Amino acid sequence: MEFFQNLVTTFNFILQGVWVTIGVTAVALAVGLVFGVTMAMARVYGNPFLQTVAAIYSVIVRAVPVVVIIFILFFVIARFVNLSPFWAGSLALGFASGAYQSEIFRGAFRAVPPGQMIAARAIGMSKLQAIQSIILPQAARLALPAWGNEATLVLKDSTLVFVVGVPEILRRAQQVSARTLEPFLAFSVAMLLYLVLTLLTTQILQWFERRYRLQM
Amino acid sequence: MSSTAIAPILRIENIHKSFGKTRVLTGFSLTVQPQEVVVLVGPSGSGKSTLLRCINLLSPPDSGRIWLEEQEITAPGVNPDKVRQRIGMVFQDFNLFNHLTALGNVMIGLMKVRKMPKKEAHDLAMFELERVGLVDRAYHYPAQLSGGQKQRVAIARALGMDPHIMLFDEPTSALDPELTGEVLEVMQQLAREGMTMIVVSHEMGFARQVASRVVFMEGGVVVEEGPPAQMFEQPLHERTRAFLRKISDMDSGGR
Repeated sequence: MEFFQNLVTTFNFILQGVWVTIGVTAVALAVGLVFGVTMAMARVYGNPFLQTVAAIYSVIVRAVPVVVIIFILFFVIARFVNLSPFWAGSLALGFASGAYQSEIFRGAFRAVPPGQMIAARAIGMSKLQAIQSIILPQAARLALPAWGNEATLVLKDSTLVFVVGVPEILRRAQQVSARTLEPFLAFSVAMLLYLVLTLLTTQILQWFERRYRLQM
Repeated sequence: MSSTAIAPILRIENIHKSFGKTRVLTGFSLTVQPQEVVVLVGPSGSGKSTLLRCINLLSPPDSGRIWLEEQEITAPGVNPDKVRQRIGMVFQDFNLFNHLTALGNVMIGLMKVRKMPKKEAHDLAMFELERVGLVDRAYHYPAQLSGGQKQRVAIARALGMDPHIMLFDEPTSALDPELTGEVLEVMQQLAREGMTMIVVSHEMGFARQVASRVVFMEGGVVVEEGPPAQMFEQPLHERTRAFLRKISDMDSGGR
């Protein structure tokens, strides 16, 4: 009976971390989306200066381990601005994901046929209007499969905010295992929860993919 | 200016355009009167498409001047987006917006560029689709339309902007022969309604029936121009004769 008691304790304790994990992932993906789309736009449609800035961002951020970025935000930046571990971790993850997302959207922007931009300009749209109303909606659809993959990667990378003490799934699993002395049980539950979250994410994104499929 | 003379709707004066070392337009001039239908013919590489892109400033000329309705659009400080609203353009490969329905393709310019409320844009877009005979395809996406239907939607999209002149860049070249008729019919209808049109096309039947003037260009300049009858029956230049004979043969041989 002790096993079941432990299981219930462990499960309930870790379950509270699910919302934190979802929160970190959602913030990171949203921040990454803003950075990613902006940087991709700069690279494909920007002037040489913007192109260079965006390229440097992408190269440097992808070369640095995400944990290092989290530490920089939490131990350096957070000394000057008030940042909770949750926000430091989520923003750092988002900043990192933005670099990968910028590569995804860069490819997607390039995959939109050039005639789309020409036709948009021909009816009198400004470049920015054309990007907003014509290019971006198509690029977003083209980017969805790769973006879905990035979403599952960020979900799993959300474990990294553990290093600054954010009580997400993995952190809670470790805490409860120290108490129950049942690490196998604790980490199995954590694994199961990540599996469920990942499957859910892929299902939702596949629904979007089907719903917004673009025929050319 | 005397009040009896009709002002030209478009005046192109001595424009030059090069891409790298390739000189495409080498001093091209042309004047178009309101309601004229000018059919531009010439061998490939003679600068026809480039000329159209210069006129609507998609790729502005390197030198020379263009006036649209008395306004010099090549002057510094002119907002090209505003100019393009008055110039409709139809492309060889349609370039319909892939993520929008036929209706959406016509509506988006009305809402984003002409700033119409949605309801008004919807009604006007439906009216334009009616003009090209495609109301029953309003909710179809480009991928669900035939080539001829796509091109008619593209014409409706251009018409929605209420253009004062329309440019057609080989509008039937990408179509199967049995689909060209429906597009040419719409264009003929537009001509009858008094739309000023510059058409790059080798559809000689259309040129004979609809054109007010046929312009033969080669090497980036006008070689010869005149009413279709004269151009087809007794062109002055040997080059014009040879070229028109060649495409007329292809035209009849292909059917």
